[in-house]
Amino acid sequence: MSKFTLNVNGQSHSVDVAPETPLLWVLRDHLDLVGTKFGCGVGQCGACTVHLNGSPGRACLTPVSVAAEMKVLTIEGLSSDGSHPLQKAWCELDVAQCGYCQAGQIMTAAALLRGNAHPSDKDIDDSMAGNLCRCATYTRIRAGIHRAAELAGAGKETA
Amino acid sequence: MSTSSPATLDRRSFLRLSALAGGGLVLGFYLKSSARAGGQEVTKVTGLTDGNFAPNAFIRIGQDGTVTIFSARPEIGQGIKTSLPMIVAEELGVDWKSVKVVSAPFDKEYGPQAAGGSTSTPTSYMNLRRAGATARAMLIAAAAQTWGVPVNECYAEDGEVRDRTTGKTLAYRDLVAKAAALPVPDASTVALKDPKDFKLLGSRIGGVDNPKIVTGQSLFGIDQKVPGMVYAVYTRCPVFGGKVVSANLDKVKTLPGVKDAFIINKTFGDVSTGLVPGVAIIADSTWSAFSARQQLEVKWDEGAHAGDSWAGWAKQAKEMAQGAGTGLKSLRKDGDPDAALASAAKVVEASYTYPFVSHLNLEPQNCTVTIEGDRVRVLAPTQNPGAINSSLSRFLNVPPDNVEITITRIGGGFGRRLQADPAIEAAAIAQQVGVPVKLMWTREDDMQHDHYRSGGFHFLKGGVDAEGKLSVWTHRQVGFDAHYISGATDYPARFIPAYSLETAALSNNVPMGPWRAPRSNVHAFVVCSFLDELAHAAGKDPVAFNLAVLGDRKMVSDPPRPDGGRGGEGGAYNAERMRGVVQAVAEKSGWGKTLPRGQGMGLGYYFSHQGYIAEVAEVTVSKDGKLKVDRVTAAVDVGSQIVNLSGAENQIQGSIIDGLGAAMYQDLNIEKGRVVQANLTDYPMIRMPDAPGKIDIHFLKTAYPPTGLGEPALPPLAPAVSNAIFAAIGVRIREFPFSKTDLSWA
Repeated sequence: MSKFTLNVNGQSHSVDVAPETPLLWVLRDHLDLVGTKFGCGVGQCGACTVHLNGSPGRACLTPVSVAAEMKVLTIEGLSSDGSHPLQKAWCELDVAQCGYCQAGQIMTAAALLRGNAHPSDKDIDDSMAGNLCRCATYTRIRAGIHRAAELAGAGKETA
Repeated sequence: MSTSSPATLDRRSFLRLSALAGGGLVLGFYLKSSARAGGQEVTKVTGLTDGNFAPNAFIRIGQDGTVTIFSARPEIGQGIKTSLPMIVAEELGVDWKSVKVVSAPFDKEYGPQAAGGSTSTPTSYMNLRRAGATARAMLIAAAAQTWGVPVNECYAEDGEVRDRTTGKTLAYRDLVAKAAALPVPDASTVALKDPKDFKLLGSRIGGVDNPKIVTGQSLFGIDQKVPGMVYAVYTRCPVFGGKVVSANLDKVKTLPGVKDAFIINKTFGDVSTGLVPGVAIIADSTWSAFSARQQLEVKWDEGAHAGDSWAGWAKQAKEMAQGAGTGLKSLRKDGDPDAALASAAKVVEASYTYPFVSHLNLEPQNCTVTIEGDRVRVLAPTQNPGAINSSLSRFLNVPPDNVEITITRIGGGFGRRLQADPAIEAAAIAQQVGVPVKLMWTREDDMQHDHYRSGGFHFLKGGVDAEGKLSVWTHRQVGFDAHYISGATDYPARFIPAYSLETAALSNNVPMGPWRAPRSNVHAFVVCSFLDELAHAAGKDPVAFNLAVLGDRKMVSDPPRPDGGRGGEGGAYNAERMRGVVQAVAEKSGWGKTLPRGQGMGLGYYFSHQGYIAEVAEVTVSKDGKLKVDRVTAAVDVGSQIVNLSGAENQIQGSIIDGLGAAMYQDLNIEKGRVVQANLTDYPMIRMPDAPGKIDIHFLKTAYPPTGLGEPALPPLAPAVSNAIFAAIGVRIREFPFSKTDLSWA
């Protein structure tokens, strides 16, 4: 076991775990941040997507020893009150079915929108292809990202 | 409107909690779900004094005006946690924004609580309307009493009772005390709303858990924690039916975080529903357990099925069906199929195949179990709490009432979570370690120890007469599991004068079970694709050809069943409703338009789970063989009333894309008695770029009771796409997954 200090959602946390422990399980078992989900453990489903220094990454493949050097943002830290445009759009369009993958979808989409404020369908398909939705809510995820882009744009205009 | 986490209350604590509010009368009763019998029962079970108005287990109105509606069925993504309370709220006459939805615990009060077979809506619809209407009638009676006016002078809306004549109003919260003191009327006598006055049903309502989902709050089985719990993984024999001989437990026990490791060689139930032998590792965290497992070495006794393989079964099936038919059982024979084939103007012969597939619930199986003396507490992402209750009661030898089950939100059901195996495993481990256990399956466990959709082999011959009309159909199916063997009344039985069906099941030890729209999910592909082959052989337009097969009768049934049946299971087939959706989908999709080579349209239609659904797919196949589904049009007849329009459309969109993914990609192979694939790296699933560009949904409102949408939109999709591919490039696909067929063209 080794001690690590993690910066998650702007807060500092200390954990004592094996260095190879994936960030996913540190978040879930040790920090009680369960929004980041376990789906495959091999980086294929995207349910564990978090932001590492601002870029989307797979928490299931990121050892805590690596994550400790980075700023980690999870779904719980995306906004303080569910007011991120993606979160609002997801509720407005009723995107989720079972909902299990959606935190990962939103985190990947948030990174997309940060670099591309008005993505095309093709941009969305390309960026989101790594995130599996077993309920296949892809039609609504696409629509949700477009709607979030609108909401974000409107927010900027009035700001 | 707000929601609460899964209620962890048993009935007693539920009543205790209600009583905390102080002063008043609660009358609890349950409405047995008995829509199939056409009636319902109401049984008073208890009376308690408190301050709420709770005329039945589904509704509680507090003196502060809070309206709580309990949702009794497991939420697996089918939207039931939102749609069933909507039914109650509609009849209760309250503003949805004022409603708090709470997941009910597993309790007899709620009647059947399984979620499967798309039955939640049809079996709950009338009962929940009556539950809401009963409460409304009592609140109206309380107001009428207060004003000293006849009840028929009053009506209820938006959480208040109004007097038509005087215009006076009283809010429900001000009627709680008086209503709670009134006798609960017989629910079968209360007046229901006229559906034309519905305000909530049929509108678009977002899922009640959406705010929690998008902020990552604890909801699912995997998110649960209980004080003092340990984490467990369980390693089963890769060959179904194998046993543990030995394992390097001494080494595993020394690994970081490991608290214990032991062999379980006892079994319970059978390979598909119970406990199978394996090795448990107990640790202080999920990762410690997963990590230690990498070091686990087990010597297995692989048992009698270590030689089983898909290739072997395929060979065996072909020999059985293409020879004299030895080992096949005749399930149906109409007319003289041999003579009809001999005299047909054209005969088509084809064989169809589909493999086993996994459910791949994105939330891997898990269960948290606490055993204290003869009391058991279970936190389970289950579609079937009743199965867990009865299995654990038998397995642990405790009374069923001692097994308390909290149904968490569920990261995908698809039928997999009708089985109780994760709960039994967790209980077997908890029994041994003496503290609460959270059992976690890895993705590899989940894929290699699923209860699979069965594979199958179909051998068909069909003939058309000189006028191009379908005259004969013979069908030999060799399969694996009763869930997936054709039934004597499966379409198109009863629609063709000369018809025969013969089936056989191959000996195997593979656990199988329902997978979204069981049987229909594969049979629709076989049947509608072969009908399309015959249409082309007859030189007919596929829509016209299929409408001719459907004929001009209204109901087709032998023997008739009062509940309308589920299509493939001996029920009545309403040909009029099916013609309705086929005609509608042809019109809405622009069927018949001329498309360039490489593009095509195809029709699929199927009756399953009480729903009549037809779909037209429009596809483009590039010269290098890449398939893109450009548009799917669906015509859907699930009766007189859509409950939640947003949820209904979401289910249809998801079913269509799920059906496409299963058809295009999913393929689980078995060699040496074990599953070859282990994770998404070798078991591809559909991703966003393959999702259809557009899905258009059209509901046909018919005069039949509302039925469910978790499943029936899936079966028609695969044949719609494969038939469209044939129209586009002339390649006939007769095998799942489509990725096995070369679609390149010049």
